[in-house]
Amino acid sequence: MKRKAKPQPPPWYAAIVKKHTPPRPLAAHCLAAFAGGGLLCALAQSAQYLLILRHIPEQTASTIVVLATVALAALFTGLNIYDAAAQRLGAGLAVPITGFANSLAAAMLEHKNEGYVLGSGCNSFKLAGAVVVFGLVSALTLSLAALLLGLL
Amino acid sequence: MEILKLGRQSWRYVHPPQICGQGICGGRTEGQGPLGKSFDHIYTDLYAGESTFEKAEQKMQMKAAETALTKAGVAREQVDLLCAGDLLNQNTPSAFSARALGIPFFGMYTACATICQALAAASLAVACGAAGYALALAGSHTCTAEKQFRYPNEYGAQKPPSSQYTVCAAGAALLGPAGTKSRVCISGVTVGRVIDLSVCDPFNMGAVMAPAFADTLAAHLRENQRQAGDYDLILSGDLGKAGQAIALELLEGNGVTDVAERFGDCGQMLLGENKKFFCGGSGIGCAAAVGLGHAYDLLRQGKMQRILLCATGALLSPCANQQRESIPGICHGIVMERV
Repeated sequence: MKRKAKPQPPPWYAAIVKKHTPPRPLAAHCLAAFAGGGLLCALAQSAQYLLILRHIPEQTASTIVVLATVALAALFTGLNIYDAAAQRLGAGLAVPITGFANSLAAAMLEHKNEGYVLGSGCNSFKLAGAVVVFGLVSALTLSLAALLLGLL
Repeated sequence: MEILKLGRQSWRYVHPPQICGQGICGGRTEGQGPLGKSFDHIYTDLYAGESTFEKAEQKMQMKAAETALTKAGVAREQVDLLCAGDLLNQNTPSAFSARALGIPFFGMYTACATICQALAAASLAVACGAAGYALALAGSHTCTAEKQFRYPNEYGAQKPPSSQYTVCAAGAALLGPAGTKSRVCISGVTVGRVIDLSVCDPFNMGAVMAPAFADTLAAHLRENQRQAGDYDLILSGDLGKAGQAIALELLEGNGVTDVAERFGDCGQMLLGENKKFFCGGSGIGCAAAVGLGHAYDLLRQGKMQRILLCATGALLSPCANQQRESIPGICHGIVMERV
């Protein structure tokens, strides 16, 4: 199925809209994302090193850190703190696994009063579903390609 | 006839229906805004003591309706028509309010222009004698609107500076026949056309609605043979800062002048200047609360004589938007006058 192209405003109106619409502060957003995301990842990495120092195997330490990050993101989502932080840090919070956790927790919270199964359950992957589907499909495709290339 | 037809879109009442009572309520954010004093009731909690946001929205509507009836001293059994609307699927809060009120009911929907549509229909019914008393009612709730039109409330999406904040507010007006003890009437109506200049960005509603506002205002002034100067205040519903600037430029291009110095946007007036709300407030509650609260008070106290309330609506459907349809805009105008 070919998707139709998005309609475009006539050029004279597009010019008026552009003149009066406040632009996205791209530079500030990039900087905030870099600093915020960088700080988040540095903290997580430090936590992992601390665990390794306590003689926890590297693989286990990284699993623990990932799980803790997901749990904290979900907790802050429920505490109504995450969305305010995300408005400031943007991609800095969305790109690490925190964004994935937030999309699940937010959707489940939103639909909680429609029932645990049909509400929270059915809607939990409303936003994250695309990431899972396309992530899995591309991973499988690449693995298959690598396998076939290895056989040659 | 009791109604003067002025053109394709506008009519004026020979014996204008009067606002016998009004009631507005809102959330804490709106109550703390510059117009907080004009609210009859403020709910400090977004749930308004209910278990869901949807129920809270309905409770707000009911409270506004009951306040309007109480102020007018009219029992709900005496009201022949309820024209009510909101932003949710199937107009649910309004239908549930109608169920509780037991008043014959018309569901209204033109997005955030709904309050003016409700006032137009209710005033028409009263003016032509089809209803003795008619109640116009509409409202919006920030959390139900986000859920309906955008993302889950707690989802961390970064909003662009052109976006707006849906307000929590509901307004009701009880309209009765001319001659009742009241200082404010609805003297005329201009029904808007759906205008679509192919804007697709759901985070720039001002750009969607500004052409509709300009079209309705130009038609209103043309058909009424009036100038902008004939009004003490011209209110747009929720154009936001960007939309207001776009509308002014469009109006000047159409030869409509002198709007700027008497131009107010309900959404911005309600929330005041605050970066937290980006371009200003949006939602039915803006025009409902400011039109039936602050503007009504200005007329009642004699500080103003004639106000044009032009509630603006973006007829956004998330499904149609994803199917790459543009967002149509609409704007209905109501003339409120001191008797």
